[in-house]
Amino acid sequence: MEIRGTGIGQGVAVGPVVRMAAPLPEPVDRPSHLDPEREAERARASMSVVAAELADRGAKAGGAAQDVLEAQAMMAEDPSLIDEVTKLLATGKTAERAVYEAFAAYRDLLAGMGGYMGERAADLDDISQRVIAHLQKLPAPGVPNPGYPFVLVARDLAPADTAMLDLDQVLGLVTVDGGPTSHTAILAREKSIVAVVGATDAASLADGDIVVVDAANDLVIARPSDAQVADAEARIAERAAMEAAPVTPGALADGTPVPLLANLGSADAAAEAVRLGAEGVGLFRTEFLFLDANTAPSVREQQEHYTRLLTAFPGRKVVVRVLDAGADKPLSFLNDAPEDNPALGLRGIRALRHSEVILREQLTALAAADAATDAELWVMAPMVATVDETRYFTTLARELGIKVAGVMVETPSAALIADRILGACDFASIGTNDLTQYTMAADRLLGTVANLQDSWHPAVLRLIGEVGAAGAELGKPVGICGEAAADPLLAVVLVGLGATSLSMSPSALADVRASLARYTLGDAKAIAESALAADGAAEAKQAARRAAESAPTASGTTVS
Amino acid sequence: MVERTVRIGSTHGLHARPAKLFTQAVAASGSSVTIEKTGGSPVNAASILAVIAQGIDHGDEVTLVVDGGDEQAVLDRLVELLSTDHDE
Repeated sequence: MEIRGTGIGQGVAVGPVVRMAAPLPEPVDRPSHLDPEREAERARASMSVVAAELADRGAKAGGAAQDVLEAQAMMAEDPSLIDEVTKLLATGKTAERAVYEAFAAYRDLLAGMGGYMGERAADLDDISQRVIAHLQKLPAPGVPNPGYPFVLVARDLAPADTAMLDLDQVLGLVTVDGGPTSHTAILAREKSIVAVVGATDAASLADGDIVVVDAANDLVIARPSDAQVADAEARIAERAAMEAAPVTPGALADGTPVPLLANLGSADAAAEAVRLGAEGVGLFRTEFLFLDANTAPSVREQQEHYTRLLTAFPGRKVVVRVLDAGADKPLSFLNDAPEDNPALGLRGIRALRHSEVILREQLTALAAADAATDAELWVMAPMVATVDETRYFTTLARELGIKVAGVMVETPSAALIADRILGACDFASIGTNDLTQYTMAADRLLGTVANLQDSWHPAVLRLIGEVGAAGAELGKPVGICGEAAADPLLAVVLVGLGATSLSMSPSALADVRASLARYTLGDAKAIAESALAADGAAEAKQAARRAAESAPTASGTTVS
Repeated sequence: MVERTVRIGSTHGLHARPAKLFTQAVAASGSSVTIEKTGGSPVNAASILAVIAQGIDHGDEVTLVVDGGDEQAVLDRLVELLSTDHDE
């Protein structure tokens, strides 16, 4: 049986299914037929078993996780909580219901305190579920650990679950819910986990079923034939060989260079990106330097970090994006006014212009780091919508010693007047995630409109084409830094639309490099044309796939 | 029964790891211990949930009351724990 979903990456996996237990329903509030002492024994026994399990997991995990899990173990048999449970049992409730209510009371108390305490509230829900599951002799919710390699099938994964994934044991991941930009999908891409998300019919898979997870073809095959298993295993071996092959610079089949760059969020990840063949950095996010701070870090602290980054890429291009705060990543010292529509609010260059001293300090630190190293530093501003903002940023950047200054194209307005925008700066870099959100008017954080958050949509592709055409006319570079560049076939389309470099999670570099090498610039333009002419995102992807299969220079197996 | 008032040294207050270390030490002491944030009411210091729910921050004053066991030694050890910064 074939189950359709959205594949993440190009991998293939074969293995037995282990399902993640669904969350338990709230225990019914009915009188217990046991006496309160007997119920209290049951509750205490389950609480101490769960506490021991959590402490044991902590001992295995070590490090910071051990502290967190030990604290959770103590919460599972906390004396105040036991007092509360005992009181509730005296009123005739069941152990399940008493445990549920006692944890919920503390949960609400902590949630009401906000901040760090608010985060602990979710931990209490998890512990409560574990105790109730033990009382009811049901499997504990959360990521299973069967002791052998398996394909994890879940409705969707919470961030806390994904942190617990043992990548040596999880062969592949299939989720019933979730789209290509869900948390699970982003994690799978980052960690190179073979995944198919949004596979609605996967809900029917049972523990122990053998499945082929074929991310390249957006497919899960349940109960595969021997031939299908053999084919999957051959592809797994082929991919392993490809990953072991020497890394070459990104280029099309006709030799047209397409530099493949890395998206990085910290200088610590630079070495791994170089190992995977990154020819530089196409997007260095600087938010993490600021996120834990109540005030902006000093020029000297920033300069040290930027110097560390630039030192890892001697002679290579490193594109740094200045602080992009607002919307999903608010920073109190930059903008703490509540907004009804933060995605349309004071964010990106708008927020920086409002607090110019922060921008000046960051540009000063960047220019100093550039002067002290051999990398080729480019700096760009996020969320630019107008030529005026472009001029403002490039003028300030040059005044403070930045040699190459550009802007991100994330708004339809910037894409539509790309010729004017590019006339006022040195380069453009298209952020496809936000450009898709703003073009489709669909909040990228909102699950109910996730189906619209697809960069294959011809409306998005047309806007990218506008920017590519403007870049070609003015002889200015147009890069792509967004999830779209990590999709091997969409990457070919983007080059066909005029992108001159592609930046992505380092784990996607090998697949994109292999895909670009199959097509000439002429092929890429023809494939892009076919996608542009489609009615919608799915149709554009299909049309591009067909055009790619019939491309005269295409060789070897076709990628999705 | 012995008691003392102490100022919290941990940069992030009595949350997370410092709260865990403190309640672990209380539980291991064998004494009955309460902790009271100045202006609040005393709670069981062996209960991590009760302790973190007090919302005790860096620089806050708390009063410890130790009853039973080796009272003075337990109090000294707990006071030292609370006045040390574990978040460095």
